[in-house]
Amino acid sequence: MNALTQNNAAGVPVRQENHEDTFARPEVDIHETAAGYVLLAEMPGVAREGLDITVEDNQLTLTGRRAVEPATKSEALLRESHGLDYRRVFDLSPEIDRDRITAGVEQGLVTVTLPKAQRAQPRKIEVR
Amino acid sequence: MTLLRWNKPQAAGWPLDEINRLQQEVSRLFGRPLLRSVRPTLFDQWAPAIDLFEDRDQLVLKAELPGLNKEDIEVSLHDGALTLSGERKSAQAETEGSLIRSERFTGRFQRSVSLPVPVATDKVHAHYENGVLTVTLPKAEEAKPRQIEVRVK
Repeated sequence: MNALTQNNAAGVPVRQENHEDTFARPEVDIHETAAGYVLLAEMPGVAREGLDITVEDNQLTLTGRRAVEPATKSEALLRESHGLDYRRVFDLSPEIDRDRITAGVEQGLVTVTLPKAQRAQPRKIEVR
Repeated sequence: MTLLRWNKPQAAGWPLDEINRLQQEVSRLFGRPLLRSVRPTLFDQWAPAIDLFEDRDQLVLKAELPGLNKEDIEVSLHDGALTLSGERKSAQAETEGSLIRSERFTGRFQRSVSLPVPVATDKVHAHYENGVLTVTLPKAEEAKPRQIEVRVK
């Protein structure tokens, strides 16, 4: 966390485009099947190159950086999009097999598939 | 029938509200909100976020519509207003299994925007990329700023 957000006169943080420390939280749907979980996150404006998914300890962090648009000389008549990059963090339940997590993105919708660990085979332990 | 479980912190295996705790902790440390929820709604109905830009020769409209097929999006122009509409099938239909968290909108959306200047309707085109629909509307000739030569006698 480095630079501070600038506050306007009312002390309210002013929205800054792609400010390093401010992210929008993508909306998600989560499905559970017998094989695992499927997480769908909405990140319009994000292409494959902008998507970053990391698993650390038992947290999954999804970060989506928007493709940078070329600056134009146009005037904004209406501006409802937030223009921020996306980030959301999830806690992973222990049954999820971290090594088999896969992800893809299509039309700004990120799909993360989190398989549950297969049941370990019963092991026979040699007694010396 | 599948029942939707919403925000059940004690449910084993997916403590999603940990993120709220994390968010609050970090906000407290830095004195400002870290993550912002930017749900696209208008009176709780799905209303995709729209940006409208104008430059010398055209209007450009952008709408955030993640996860749709372009066949599911309709763009129409009538009486100086541009209307976007479409439908997303329910989340349940798309994936098997049970839906344990549902934040995305499903169903129909429709938004209309009044265009401030006349446009050349036959030259309007749209493309859909990365979940963003971009509609480019070239201005009608009479709406473009014109250089008028003034002869000074």
